[in-house]
Amino acid sequence: MKLQKSTVIALCSVLEAALDPGRQLVSAEIAEKYGVSPHHLAKVLRRLGRAGLLESSRGVGGGYRFCGNAKRATLMDVIDLFEDMMVERSGQREAIYSTDVERAIAQVLGEIAETAKAVFKSITLATMLRLIERQQRNADSRPPARD
Amino acid sequence: MRAQKRSKKPAAAAGAPTGSLPGSSADVVVRPVRARDLDSVIAIDEQITGIGKADYWRERFLRYGGRGRQPCFFLVAECDGEIDGFIIGEVRDWEFGTPPCGWVFGISVRREARLSGIGTRLLDALCSSFRKAGVAKVRTLLVFDDMLVMTFYRSQGMMAAPIITLERNLTETIIE
Repeated sequence: MKLQKSTVIALCSVLEAALDPGRQLVSAEIAEKYGVSPHHLAKVLRRLGRAGLLESSRGVGGGYRFCGNAKRATLMDVIDLFEDMMVERSGQREAIYSTDVERAIAQVLGEIAETAKAVFKSITLATMLRLIERQQRNADSRPPARD
Repeated sequence: MRAQKRSKKPAAAAGAPTGSLPGSSADVVVRPVRARDLDSVIAIDEQITGIGKADYWRERFLRYGGRGRQPCFFLVAECDGEIDGFIIGEVRDWEFGTPPCGWVFGISVRREARLSGIGTRLLDALCSSFRKAGVAKVRTLLVFDDMLVMTFYRSQGMMAAPIITLERNLTETIIE
């Protein structure tokens, strides 16, 4: 499955901020690190701010800081801000789609979406931070790549 | 029904992982279940599921706990003489065609004792028992909407297994 670009940027920004909650996240650094336009990132960060996951401060040394609860907030809480992952129930499919072929395809897509939602709901930001740490440890223990 | 409080600190069964919670004043001991723990296990399960299943838990005790039969494990977390939680698991060989691994069938911690690391202690103890039994992987199976338990397992580093559960309504007619 593929998430929209805004969603991926939002997840990266929230996790970058949650990795070091004391640090002010400078949006230009994030834009450069993840190769996104500062304008697009600013819109994403504002939405995360409205959702209570990041708080902004202006002026010298200003930026965005994580202010959510990493043990409570899940990936789904972030994704929900940018994606519509509504899964149609059997009765709804009857009303939305006029052909059996469309309804059958929608049923399979619904199965995939249900699984994805359950996974996103079950992973908190704190769990993601541990996963990131594990990735970092694995990267550190890997032998350097040969040129 | 809850276990009676006792003044003496419980002694851990031989071979069972023991120790205090880090950063907590509570002395929690994880040990194999005993017959006298069953009422507490039944009460914890009823508190969480809302369904009393005394006969089921007695049968589970006979199968997993009573005889100390390996590689079945039925462990409880005891604190100040009270049972705060339990976990059940078993090493199964070639289940669904996969190499031998440890399966966790259930874990429960009573509501008042949550957020103090008891679930982690129980799972760690079971994983330790699985390792001693010679397996290198632990698995579990749970329903999508059991977010509390799924979030717990995720926090313990568990990821999706290369297994998918499928089902069919037996009342449906399948066209061949």
